[in-house]
Amino acid sequence: MEQVKEPDRSESELADPLEIPDLAPGCMAASKPYVAAPEFQKAIGFPGELVEDWQDKAIDKMAELRGKYRSFRVFLDSCIKCGACTDKCHYFLGTGDPKNMPVARQDLLRQVYRRHFTLAGKYVPWLVGAKDLSEQVLDDWYSYFHQCSECRRCSVYCPIGIDTAEITLAAREIMDSVGKGQKYSNEIIGKVETIGNNLGLPPKALKATLEDLEEEVMEDTGVAVRFPVDEKGADILLVTPSADFFAEPHITGLIGYAKVFHQVGARWTMSSYASEAANFGLFIGSYENMREIALRIRQAALDLGVKRLVFGECGHAWRVAYSFLNTLAGPFDFLDQRYPIPQHICEYTYDLIERGKLKFDKSKNDHIRLTFHDSCNVARGASMGDKPGGQFEIPRAILRASCNHFYDMAPDTIKESTFCCGGGGGLLTDDLIELRKKGAQPRMRALQQVAEEHGVTHMAAICAICKTQFSKVLPMYGFDMEAIVGVHQMVSNAIILDRVEHGTVKSEGNEG
Amino acid sequence: MLTFAYALLFYIAAAVLVGGLAFRIWEYATTPAPLKIPTTPAPRTRSGVVVRLGREVVLFESLFKANKWTWLFGWAFHAALLVVLLRHLRYFTRPVWELVVLIQPFGVYAGFAMVAGLLGLWGRRLLVPRVRYISAPSDHLMLALLVGIALSGLLMRFVAHTDIVAVKSFFLGLMYFDWQPLPPDPVLLVHLGLVAALMIVFPYSKLLHAPGLFFSPTRNQVDNPRERRHLAHWARELEAGRS
Repeated sequence: MEQVKEPDRSESELADPLEIPDLAPGCMAASKPYVAAPEFQKAIGFPGELVEDWQDKAIDKMAELRGKYRSFRVFLDSCIKCGACTDKCHYFLGTGDPKNMPVARQDLLRQVYRRHFTLAGKYVPWLVGAKDLSEQVLDDWYSYFHQCSECRRCSVYCPIGIDTAEITLAAREIMDSVGKGQKYSNEIIGKVETIGNNLGLPPKALKATLEDLEEEVMEDTGVAVRFPVDEKGADILLVTPSADFFAEPHITGLIGYAKVFHQVGARWTMSSYASEAANFGLFIGSYENMREIALRIRQAALDLGVKRLVFGECGHAWRVAYSFLNTLAGPFDFLDQRYPIPQHICEYTYDLIERGKLKFDKSKNDHIRLTFHDSCNVARGASMGDKPGGQFEIPRAILRASCNHFYDMAPDTIKESTFCCGGGGGLLTDDLIELRKKGAQPRMRALQQVAEEHGVTHMAAICAICKTQFSKVLPMYGFDMEAIVGVHQMVSNAIILDRVEHGTVKSEGNEG
Repeated sequence: MLTFAYALLFYIAAAVLVGGLAFRIWEYATTPAPLKIPTTPAPRTRSGVVVRLGREVVLFESLFKANKWTWLFGWAFHAALLVVLLRHLRYFTRPVWELVVLIQPFGVYAGFAMVAGLLGLWGRRLLVPRVRYISAPSDHLMLALLVGIALSGLLMRFVAHTDIVAVKSFFLGLMYFDWQPLPPDPVLLVHLGLVAALMIVFPYSKLLHAPGLFFSPTRNQVDNPRERRHLAHWARELEAGRS
């Protein structure tokens, strides 16, 4: 790994990550992702294109969601317009477009809700800012509900706990139901539901890729670290984002997991049927699609007869796994109840470290001065370990165990106040690159601060989206694209592989 | 005639407030929350959730994290409103409760704190471009209503005194269906008229944030999705139908 280039500090001399921009109304109105083609819409249960009576259908859908989701209903009624959230969204901080203030984003939907479902909105719409669902409004919805990455930062600061992500999810579901879906997310959901992963990588190709990887690791380390697929009778099923199979820096993280499993002699496998941890059903607010994808994981666990379920590094995936999997695809009474179901790979590794089962040569990471980007959906939508806040402490503990130089970024930009990378929630697509760049600004500024103060060269994350997004935007802010690493990439660099092979090595579990 | 009009107004206002709020709470309580969505880190136990909600209700903890000025004005207003409301219980109880007697001296200052808090919030709404952008006419009107109630109350306390004994008789009369005349003081009539208006709009406006907070899934859910399976009734039906 090379040293990173010096960040370009010519104009933004240590700019404040939280600096509030002047309002620039409409400056991002033109930012829109490509609309999904009819075939991809239909494949996942939505109309192919905008239906004739879309206004009525949309209002019907709104009524349905109002009855199905307490969050939708309470959040639409309860906003007091206090302004607490107005300067909390990274897309607002990066663009200055007032419709990217969380409350203003909600209001795009709330204005229509009020018109149709509240007394004041029906009779005195001008008083409460109620509006009919016009084409202009639908246009605004498509634009600005695809400028929210569902990161929940606003929900931390709202005195009522309103989570704009819930409104975005509902808005996207309403748009899907009238035939106006987003290409990126909906195409990918179709691929997972037919092939098993976001990439559309068929089982044969997956196996070939992993065989190559085994050879590569053998060459590098001289140790026969395995990458098993579809091995019945394994104890652990690892479900990881498919980016881990082929892209840098993701793949180095996968090597890290494999080395940990190898070192403790765990019997593990991946599945070609459920070869994807990410669940894009979340991004479009579709319970049905989210469940469909989650059920593949349940099926794989049953087919392979495993006892435990472990998830690789992926942010939204971990939110769905930790918070929703039991609901969507449970009960998991056929798995070993002594371990968390599911378990995060960081929980798995951390537990082994705690019990002295792993040894590290930290000097292997001495060329790296590291910071940690808390991935938004892990930070605010999930947890790890058995205490609140474990999602912050456990990855940091692993990094400290494997690396000598670790420095946190400014306190109001990490942990529960962390920023989205700028590409989350279904926005990691090239047609939104300008938005992605601007949305990354707060995080990039916080990184520039620690680079200046502590000479930080690299930033670790536990999310496939974060890793891909940062690889792309880091160079735009004067950093090297390889400055983004995975937590298990650091583990992979430093772990000492000295397990003596016996024919009868007993599988080492952990008490999790 | 005046007494009759105000008596009727307050019966209607009380019915709308109580009935409307009860209906909303019933709606919120019966709408399922199909997924576990507490904003984490979140408590792992019920009692932890009680503490979390308690801190939100009493201290406005999240708002404090968000913006110190909004917190200061908002918290001052709500705390003062609580004291003022408690103080007003003396007009509805005989004998007056001890707690209410105890806080009488603070009630007056609370009136001023209430106005100060409201004006602070209104100032932000007018002067901070971000907050001005998100304000609808109703947001200003709501502040005007509350300021009007507070100012007319203070006016009666310090400038244009009313026959407070008669006012108390009027309200006790309302409660026991033994109607007594209401003093025809203009400031009093304005004060009571605005209060009745506030009671009527409560269940139809953003004042629903009061019950809303208690039903907010990001705040009131226990973070234990791995330990306990959480399933809404419609999701159960979906499962039965498809798998």
